[in-house]
Amino acid sequence: MLNTIRLLVQCQNKQYVLEQIRCASQVLPQLSAEKYNVKRKDFATVQSSDVNFFKTILGNERVLTDDNDVTPFNIDWIKNCRGQSKVVLKPKSTQEVSQILSYCNEKKLAVCPQGGNTGLVGGSVPVFDEVVLNLMLMNNIVSLDEISGALICEAGCVLENVDNYVRERNLIMPLDLGAKGTCQVGGNVSTNAGGLRLLRYGNLHGSILGVEAVKADGIIIDCLKTLKKDNTGYHLKHLFIGSEGTLGVVTKVAIHCPVLPKAVTVGFFGVENFENILQLYKSAKSSLGEILSAFEMADRDAISSTVKNLNLPNPISDYPFYVLVETHGSDEGHDGEKLNRFLSKEMESGLILDGTVTSEPGKMQTIWNLRENIAGAGLRHGYVFKYDVSLPQKHYYELVPKIKQRLGDKAIVVCGYGHIGDGNIHINVTVPEYTREVAGLLEPYVFEEVSALQGSISAEHGVGFRKPHYIHYSKDRSALQLMHQLKTLMDPNGILNPYKVLPEEC
Amino acid sequence: MSRVLVGVKRVIDYAVKIRVKPDKSGVVTEGVKHSMNPFDEIAVEEAVRMKEKKLASEVVAVSCGPAQAQETLRTALAMGADRAIHVEVAGAEYETLQPIHVAKILAKLSQDEKADIVIVGKQAIDDDSNQTAQMTAAILDWPQGTFASKVEKSDGGLTVTREIDGGLEVIKTKVPAVISADLRLNEPRYATLPNIMKAKKKPLKKITAKDLGIDLAPRIKVVSVEDPPVRQAGSVLPDVDTLVAKLKEGGHV
Ligand SMILES: Cc1cc2nc3c(=O)[nH]c(=O)nc-3n(C[C@H](O)[C@H](O)[C@H](O)COP(=O)(O)OP(=O)(O)OC[C@H]3O[C@@H](n4cnc5c(N)ncnc54)[C@H](O)[C@@H]3O)c2cc1C
Ligand SMILES: Cc1cc2nc3c(=O)[nH]c(=O)nc-3n(C[C@H](O)[C@H](O)[C@H](O)COP(=O)(O)OP(=O)(O)OC[C@H]3O[C@@H](n4cnc5c(N)ncnc54)[C@H](O)[C@@H]3O)c2cc1C
Repeated sequence: MLNTIRLLVQCQNKQYVLEQIRCASQVLPQLSAEKYNVKRKDFATVQSSDVNFFKTILGNERVLTDDNDVTPFNIDWIKNCRGQSKVVLKPKSTQEVSQILSYCNEKKLAVCPQGGNTGLVGGSVPVFDEVVLNLMLMNNIVSLDEISGALICEAGCVLENVDNYVRERNLIMPLDLGAKGTCQVGGNVSTNAGGLRLLRYGNLHGSILGVEAVKADGIIIDCLKTLKKDNTGYHLKHLFIGSEGTLGVVTKVAIHCPVLPKAVTVGFFGVENFENILQLYKSAKSSLGEILSAFEMADRDAISSTVKNLNLPNPISDYPFYVLVETHGSDEGHDGEKLNRFLSKEMESGLILDGTVTSEPGKMQTIWNLRENIAGAGLRHGYVFKYDVSLPQKHYYELVPKIKQRLGDKAIVVCGYGHIGDGNIHINVTVPEYTREVAGLLEPYVFEEVSALQGSISAEHGVGFRKPHYIHYSKDRSALQLMHQLKTLMDPNGILNPYKVLPEEC
Repeated sequence: MSRVLVGVKRVIDYAVKIRVKPDKSGVVTEGVKHSMNPFDEIAVEEAVRMKEKKLASEVVAVSCGPAQAQETLRTALAMGADRAIHVEVAGAEYETLQPIHVAKILAKLSQDEKADIVIVGKQAIDDDSNQTAQMTAAILDWPQGTFASKVEKSDGGLTVTREIDGGLEVIKTKVPAVISADLRLNEPRYATLPNIMKAKKKPLKKITAKDLGIDLAPRIKVVSVEDPPVRQAGSVLPDVDTLVAKLKEGGHV
């Protein structure tokens, strides 16, 4: 119970708080090392002298060693992975991160960098006894240039808090995702998070202006520029974007914030079949052009299980497929006209069966809330196998019915939803509990299928702990070799997030 | 069958952060997103359901306010109201428009339109006055069923379940009557696309308070509008022991 209170104190967003309470109070997930049969690498183990050293840097309060305190930091959001760490460190400054890493590197202690721990591929929790380096207390906003939109913040800032901060100054964060109330900007950078508005504001490789990071040996790499253009030498910041804590610990981020749109509208529609969704997408691109900011889809099972499990309202009736369209613009009249023309046309053509459209903030929130909660809704039933893949749009939905057929009644729900505009589908397979049998039916099957369609086995969630041995389905050998060389160069002892991202051999 | 008149007010959307004007004369409304008062949405929904159940023959939505009040009326029409009346009140007059004025307008319109039931929200989320239904009933000398969580037709009148402190009260009223909608009366629908399109073509009549012979001189003067006290920021505590210590310190355990 006490443990639960502490989680409540730490988390921002109700929905996820509930999930975490579940994970803290229910049966613990199996240890990752056993579940996936992993061998511990030759790192040192944390001694009491090490703990004492950490305490000299951080004080007693920011070094957690009590089992109850450490447990939540060992378990990932989907309760799939559980590590065995005995120590959680909570630095407050880049200097402290540097001191910790330099010590760990010297002592060959492995480290698991952790942000909001909302990652979906097991990258954010230790596998064995890695020291957890949690950035949550590095949560200051450093500066905001309201003219250029360049924001500098510490890595541990929660995305939603930063978004609220810049919104008060007529800007928005260029990314938005369902986990925004808990995930951290440093975690977003480290996973190159995509999210709901990538279609409009682009990939983080474009929005991140600068990064400050600490290498495994404690050396602080200062690439924290706020310039849109800086062609002086190698673009090192990109090494930290999407490297999932394996090349360095991100401590500060400079990010370009676009202006807060004056006019926002959300439409939520029912659609007959997947082919019509593609037609509708094409039409939305040409009718709505520059104001289109999101084009999301979900199938009937995704919406109905979310409505049921989380007791959320579905603003429209029951349809085989759902589409959410959002526009961001600067002129309500202009946007409204465009949208009306689009809607009239596609209602008439039959691509849109029915639905609703609103620019009332409260109603828009209700609609987005339904979409954003699909990711977690399955957890109420049991265990969820999650796939996050990129596919050419014409093959986007093909895998869902195939998986459904393959699993038959072994699965409670097989559903597909995601970011049509980015060719990124999420497939959630909910089963009563994790079994090797189902795992064996799904993997590597799903990855083989994706690879055959020239897709990516991880569109936005990353590789983490769960996918290194499948990375070859999407990355050429030559690329993997260069990745290994970079890792060796930047982290020769391999202490940063071991067992993650890189396959053992290639 | 009866005619239902529904009052709908345009208010700042509940999801928007409210800012008080620097001179404390009110809140900033310019450039701020507005929507239909949530309790009025419930009122519209109830009226539309009455019509769908063939308990009502026509639903007339009324809004008093500036030109943009027509957007709110269009929303009511999209939800299923048959026609709308916009009582234009703009500028300084709108800033001092008070429940007494709205009640007089609704009362007059109820008579002109021969309404049998008037439904309004129990309160508007901006001024929180909770007076319009009661005043309207008083002016008309009709019975009232306020804070309704259930409204049923019963032998010539209405049976209204009211939300009262700690429980429910069931009353019977004759018709004509005034009802105010509480939160649990129903879950208002989202207007569907075809209905949003149709709403654009439904009749919307514009009149002024003067046309109705109603004097809008303010009866109440707002002295000052203040922000609520800032809640103390929460803090993240490192461990359970510190939390327990803090709770003890604050006398919570
Ligand atoms: C409900 C829900 C919806 C989601 N929706 C999306 C979505 O739409 N798009 C998307 O891309 N992802 C999504 N995710 C996945 C996840 O939220 C993102 O990957 C997010 O960016 C992770 O941030 P975090 O702070 O929680 O990082 P964590 O989960 O703590 O860590 C993720 C990885 O980054 C590393 N890391 C974290 N912080 C740092 C740091 N400061 N320095 C170095 N390494 C670090 C960790 O070691 C780990 O490998 C979703 C997750 C949930 C639970
Ligand atoms: C009139 C004019 C206007 C210009 N305007 C702009 C402008 O607005 N913005 C801007 O950024 N630049 C501008 N430039 C500079 C220049 O045109 C750009 O830098 C352009 O991208 C260079 O392309 P290039 O093929 O001519 O490369 P080159 O001049 O041949 O080479 C440039 C560099 O790239 C290397 N390189 C070339 N090809 C390859 C390759 N295939 N693989 C590896 N290395 C390679 C070369 O070794 C060299 O270091 C302008 C130049 C001129 C003359």
